[in-house]
Amino acid sequence: MAQNFVLGHTFSHGVHPPEHKKGTRTEPIERLGFAPTLVVPLAQHIGAPAKAVVAKKQEVARGELIAEAGGFVSVPMHAPAAGTVTKIDLALIASGSMAPAVYIKVDPEASQEALEGEPFDIEAAAPGDLVGAVQQAGLVGLGGAAFPTHVKMTVPEGKTIDTVLANGCECEPYLTCDHRLMLEQKDELFAGLAIALKATGADRAIIGIEDNKQDALALLRDSVPHGLPIFVAPVKTKYPQGAEKMLIKALLNREVPSGGLPMDVNVACFNVSTLAQMAALLPKRQGLIERVVTVTGPGVRKPGNYLIPLGTPLQFILDHVGLTDDARQVILGGPMMGPSVSSLDVPTTKGVSGILALTQKELDDRPKQVYPCIKCGSCVEACPLYLNPSLLGALARKEEYEAMEQGYHLNDCFECASCTYVCPSNIPLVQYFRIAKSMNRERKAAKRK
Amino acid sequence: MSSEPLSVDILTSPHVKRPMSTNAIMRNVAVALAPVALFSIFAFGLSALLLLSVATISCVLTEWAVCRLSGKPNTVGDYSAAVTGLLLGLTLPPSFPLWMVAVGGAISIGLGKALFGGLGYNTFNPALVGRAFLQAAFPVAVTTWTPPFVQGRFLACIPSTLAFPFLKPTPVAEYIAAANIDAFTGATPLNLEGVTRLADPLDLFMGMTSGSTGETCAVLILLCGGYLLVRNMLDWRIPAGVLGSVFALSGVLHLINADTYPGPLFMVFSGGLMLGAIFMATDMVTSPTTALGVWIFSILIGVITVVIRLKGSLPEGVMYAILLANAVTPLIETWTQPRVFGTTKKASSTS
Amino acid sequence: MAVLGIGLSSILALANKKLHIFEDPRIEQVDDLLPHANCGACGFPGCRAFAEELVAGDVTPGACPVSSSECVATIAGLLGIEAGAREKRVARLACAGGKNVTRMRANYAGLSTCRGASLVAGGGKGCPWGCLGLDDCMAACPFDAITMDENELPVVDEDKCTACGACVLACPKHLFSLHDVNHRLWVACMNNERGAAAKKQCEAACIGCGLCAKDAAEGLIEITGNLAQIDFGRIEAANMDAIQRCPTGAIVWLDKEQGPIIGAKAVEARQKAAAKAAEEAAAAAAAKQETA
Repeated sequence: MAQNFVLGHTFSHGVHPPEHKKGTRTEPIERLGFAPTLVVPLAQHIGAPAKAVVAKKQEVARGELIAEAGGFVSVPMHAPAAGTVTKIDLALIASGSMAPAVYIKVDPEASQEALEGEPFDIEAAAPGDLVGAVQQAGLVGLGGAAFPTHVKMTVPEGKTIDTVLANGCECEPYLTCDHRLMLEQKDELFAGLAIALKATGADRAIIGIEDNKQDALALLRDSVPHGLPIFVAPVKTKYPQGAEKMLIKALLNREVPSGGLPMDVNVACFNVSTLAQMAALLPKRQGLIERVVTVTGPGVRKPGNYLIPLGTPLQFILDHVGLTDDARQVILGGPMMGPSVSSLDVPTTKGVSGILALTQKELDDRPKQVYPCIKCGSCVEACPLYLNPSLLGALARKEEYEAMEQGYHLNDCFECASCTYVCPSNIPLVQYFRIAKSMNRERKAAKRK
Repeated sequence: MSSEPLSVDILTSPHVKRPMSTNAIMRNVAVALAPVALFSIFAFGLSALLLLSVATISCVLTEWAVCRLSGKPNTVGDYSAAVTGLLLGLTLPPSFPLWMVAVGGAISIGLGKALFGGLGYNTFNPALVGRAFLQAAFPVAVTTWTPPFVQGRFLACIPSTLAFPFLKPTPVAEYIAAANIDAFTGATPLNLEGVTRLADPLDLFMGMTSGSTGETCAVLILLCGGYLLVRNMLDWRIPAGVLGSVFALSGVLHLINADTYPGPLFMVFSGGLMLGAIFMATDMVTSPTTALGVWIFSILIGVITVVIRLKGSLPEGVMYAILLANAVTPLIETWTQPRVFGTTKKASSTS
Repeated sequence: MAVLGIGLSSILALANKKLHIFEDPRIEQVDDLLPHANCGACGFPGCRAFAEELVAGDVTPGACPVSSSECVATIAGLLGIEAGAREKRVARLACAGGKNVTRMRANYAGLSTCRGASLVAGGGKGCPWGCLGLDDCMAACPFDAITMDENELPVVDEDKCTACGACVLACPKHLFSLHDVNHRLWVACMNNERGAAAKKQCEAACIGCGLCAKDAAEGLIEITGNLAQIDFGRIEAANMDAIQRCPTGAIVWLDKEQGPIIGAKAVEARQKAAAKAAEEAAAAAAAKQETA
């Protein structure tokens, strides 16, 4: 029924890690209760941290504004539960550092009802108003990058967007939250796409879904609302199909320029969860206070998709789902790119789409011995951006970090870890690249002084 | 507010790995070479067994000694030295004196690998470095051929095998005469090519001719290569490029002048080409990593092999062809770096 | 042959004359006197560049912390300029959290460098600000001035340190900074947590109690973000009074020979903690014995 604009269906290179999605993709989303204390970090997004507007001992309602945006590339924060603000203090966050956060002691009687604001007429609103409303809702990319959505929807002078892409790929192993969302909240997804189309002025929208989600493909194809230029397209299941550059290449055969943005090829790409939340929050001017997270892994007793309020400490979530005795490592997100956490006190934030618990067995299965690079070329064949990871790795060993950036496109690398996944010599390539990028940032900061 | 945490491990992503490791690759290459080695022992007897053993032991010992002396951790466990030893043995004639084999093994690892920095840093295929050294140092011994399937080959060595170090090895002429094989003159099919059309390609294919220990049975080499291909440890493009270009170039020349130039099938199945194309040229460390580079590399080997065989004074060209291509590999790699995603070719070129 | 030789050499001689770039010969002389560590501490890219700047008169030889005083004087004499102010500066580490006083929160496995570890959930140390002890600074120092002590904490040799800044750049936790060597009062901590929470992360942490600020000269020490901070503009007024009542030993007096000296109270606290740890270890060993 839909006109097929899709070219290609896939991108070159990439890898095929085992999916591990069976345990959670058939379970409906379950709502998680409130933890006794919620810890809401003020910087849950790329850009300037939000600024707290509440004070100690202040009582807040669920959904009430607790921090306002700290600039254009910033979004506000809202209270995920009704309760009292106990302090605004440092909290341990996933990166291992301490950052300012609002601590809320949740009312024992707190209900799930969230504060509603003035009704917002989406039909009548101008694109600029829509973008402003999206910022006020505290919306960021829920696929993991946590980039403020309204910035993506702000089309600068001289640029146009002709296509909006909805990213339903979810290429990371283990994660199924987007899959469940597409099955359970398809109406919100379409409504969100309509908003995005209007705000960006695009002619059409394409929902890209990996072909391991046939049920979602079929359901969405059959449910596209009449009159909307929305098309549903399958893409080959491959990692990292869900990266926006790869999706744009697969669906439209356009390459985002090195160092550029999707806007440069007239595309705006949003995660399906972000779009669904957009439609859910805007009508009553509500704020983002909860999101679906896949809690899974061999170290979890009751894996599934849970609707979790922001700021919930990992310990609470894992107590609810049950950790096995041999659980040793907890990862936020998927196993290819997700960071390990050093403590279960760390709270969930807007960008956390998965919580993965791995056991001693997975740790033991990880090869320990590192061999020299045998120039097998597997990494060169795996890198979706056609970089040369073995050469970059050799330069990193010699600490030639500036050469990596200037001659060999280090900054194009988005750390998908396909190269490290395939390396038979177990060289920690992506860790070297992170070190290199960090050293280059330090050097630049030192020069500016 | 901090609860006593369970003992947590933190590691960098990715937290999953493809189950293929370097020493698994090396082990599989050794396993793939086993049938070839066994056939050679079957064809040439006790001498072949001793030859392969001494070559392997010499390489492994040299690597162990180098690691010990340099204070670095022992790398013998990655099996690459054993593979080098096996390959070196397979390229030598079965009558080759054992003491010379030992020297060759030490040179292969010492000069061909350790001097460059060990596994992953060498430019040249170590087995071929050893072979080239032996070719230069002991030219007579390395071109002394004996026939296969001699009676009594499992009970006694070929006389020159057990030669005393630094003394001239016992000539094999009597041995060959005693073997009593009709029309065998101690030359390989390639040697004879200019004189008479002796070898039938089918014989060459099935390993019924004389030659170096491992190069005779082409079908077995192909099958073993197939095993590695199926396990995704062999780049199919290199044997395809080498054999294809040999076939094409010799085919063209044969069409031009069928009397002077031998047929393409003969060229493909004779000598060490099969072994070289499938096990030597495909050595990952010494071949390029880029797609275009791999094709240029393999076609270069094929062309040089044909040229040396037909126009050079040596009967066998594969060894030098591979060594020359190895030398050019860094340059090929630099010139064939692919375009980076999101750039035009000029923008991504690096020098 | 001879004609060819004479011809070509004449061309060379002519070219040498015509294409000669005049360079002040003093640059070469000064360059020979410099230590050639090429560390960049003077602010210029290498000793040659520094020599050129000296001859141009834009800088004084005292700017090179690696040269000895005689060397500086010689260069000054050669160029007929002032030797220039020479305050010896050294690198100081704002952390006292060696493994004897700190606890780990998680086990890190991966590349054994501080920067690599800090990128993985901060490195797993109990204190998120603290030193990870994986030797990045020691490796970065071109003068071998940094060694690691038995508690895996870096120790700076004041004589060898030239304040070139390599360690400042290398440390991913930004714990190193450059200070006048005569400034002996030092807060060896960057922890912003308060009280018990800080102490739980590390026994040598600054808990923000403010006792040092009270005992020291007026305005010398300020507590900001639960951390004692010294106003280096008033450092002349610093003395050992400030460290006496510190309960954790976060504020120290850096003695040239003895290294960091902590106050009496902190010594007591550490002894108690060590005794407690020994007791617990013995109890654990005994429990293990029983179950075995």
